Amino acid sequence: MDFQTLVFFFLSAILIVASLRVITARNPVHAALHLILAFFTCGGIWALLQAEFLAIAIILVYVGAVMVLFLFVVMMLDINMDRIRQGFWNYLPLGAILGLLMVLEMGLVLGSKYFQVPAADAIVPAGISNTKSIGALMFSEYVYPFELASIVLLVGMIAAIVLTYRGPKKTKYTNPNQQVFVKAKDRVRVLQMPVEKD
Amino acid sequence: MDALMNFGQGIFGGIWPAVWTLLKIVLIVAPLMLSIAYLTWAERKVIGYMQVRIGPNRVGPWGLIQPIADGLKLLMKEIVVPSGANKAIFIIAPMLAIAPALAAWAVVPFNDTLVLANIDASLLYIMAITSMGVYGIILSGWASNSKYAFLGAMRAAAQMVSYEISMGFALICVLMVSNSLNLVDIVHAQEQGRFASWGVSFLSWNWLPLLPMFLVYLISGVAETNRAPFDVCEGESEIVAGFHVEYSGMAFAVFFLAEYGNMILVSTLTSIMFLGGWLSPVGFLPDGILWLFAKVAAILFLFLWFRATFPRYRYDQLMRLGWKVFVPVCLIWLVVVGVWMMSPLNIWN
Repeated sequence: MDFQTLVFFFLSAILIVASLRVITARNPVHAALHLILAFFTCGGIWALLQAEFLAIAIILVYVGAVMVLFLFVVMMLDINMDRIRQGFWNYLPLGAILGLLMVLEMGLVLGSKYFQVPAADAIVPAGISNTKSIGALMFSEYVYPFELASIVLLVGMIAAIVLTYRGPKKTKYTNPNQQVFVKAKDRVRVLQMPVEKD
Repeated sequence: MDALMNFGQGIFGGIWPAVWTLLKIVLIVAPLMLSIAYLTWAERKVIGYMQVRIGPNRVGPWGLIQPIADGLKLLMKEIVVPSGANKAIFIIAPMLAIAPALAAWAVVPFNDTLVLANIDASLLYIMAITSMGVYGIILSGWASNSKYAFLGAMRAAAQMVSYEISMGFALICVLMVSNSLNLVDIVHAQEQGRFASWGVSFLSWNWLPLLPMFLVYLISGVAETNRAPFDVCEGESEIVAGFHVEYSGMAFAVFFLAEYGNMILVSTLTSIMFLGGWLSPVGFLPDGILWLFAKVAAILFLFLWFRATFPRYRYDQLMRLGWKVFVPVCLIWLVVVGVWMMSPLNIWN
């Protein structure tokens, strides 16, 4: 067993344990933390596959931004575990069917060689930057799908803002814009007064 | 060097590359820790003189042994874990704070060859690793089971995520003009230019053509390291000491190490990306690692100066600065740089 295989099994073991803990941990914050660990390990495995751009991107986007906000929300929630566990047996059949479907799909993808679907052989020639080639492809060949994805994301962002907008504020609030442009002479007037003598 | 390599090979055999890498890591981390210790001393001295005091002056000459004494004191103190705290996360949080601050140094170059890992996407690596520093702060706040700590953690999370965006945009401009993600190449891209050929090379470094981005990066760097005037997550007048209010002893010291380590990291990155790294400012002096150290020290002095002079931002003003000033400035300058590069006036080819 060479060093790379050893690293792969090491990372895979962590990934599997972390993913299992995501769904079994009783504390939602612990579950979120295990999800972060799973993303991070996933990045490690991708780096092992020489996809360094994807590896760094998943850490930058998911670990560095998405999960921070996710953790932010999970920490604020007051989750009652007993109430969540109430419907466990009712939902079990539906959940089991969905789980089996996912396993089937993954099996089809991973076992595509067995089902005679040609898989792409990725051989990275030396001296070619992964990041540069992805960038070049994204802005030349796949520019329309890329722009489309950006527009979908923009629409999603605006939709989230519209859904949570509760109309103009009724309360009094300060406007930091006006505050930072205030000059001393707007607030304080220095008067010259003769000295009073009595 | 070859003799050393052969000697190591002879003693350790096959595992020599691993041992050699570990040695190099020690050679980076040990001076870093020493710099952190003396940065705290410098901070107290500089702020002391700015406020017409003399700062630490009892332990050793000019108080030079003060940081060692502080470190020993913190090492001896008991680590108190609050009874309502989530113990495991409470202990892990300081480690999560310091690990990214140290891991980022793996790709930071000190000169052409003095770099632990000269990888292609080192800029991306740094962005990814530094974006994880916020977890230590959020988790310490949550695990402490204290309202002040939690408020501090919430503020830190919102602040760091916001300023990371403008920081990322500033770096995108840098990588556009240097046409590379590799930090060594980014420094070398600043070597050429009209001013460099006239012998005044400090005018062809990135800070001048990318001046707005330089300022945005510097200020976002201060915000990203939670330093004054952006230290709302500690804000001792409002929330006691913020996220580390429940920490004592070495656990508290580790947060401090992380904060000062991040300061040095941001200063180094600013020098590499905008101030030409180890390049000499004028043509007739040789390049060298001392230039990098001088630039880092100058930026660190700025950090201390900020702390001594500016009052703390209010939370809403800080968010306004991040989202309503820096992000639009970055977006506009991104387009300006793009158009500039495509026009005949392009200076980066």
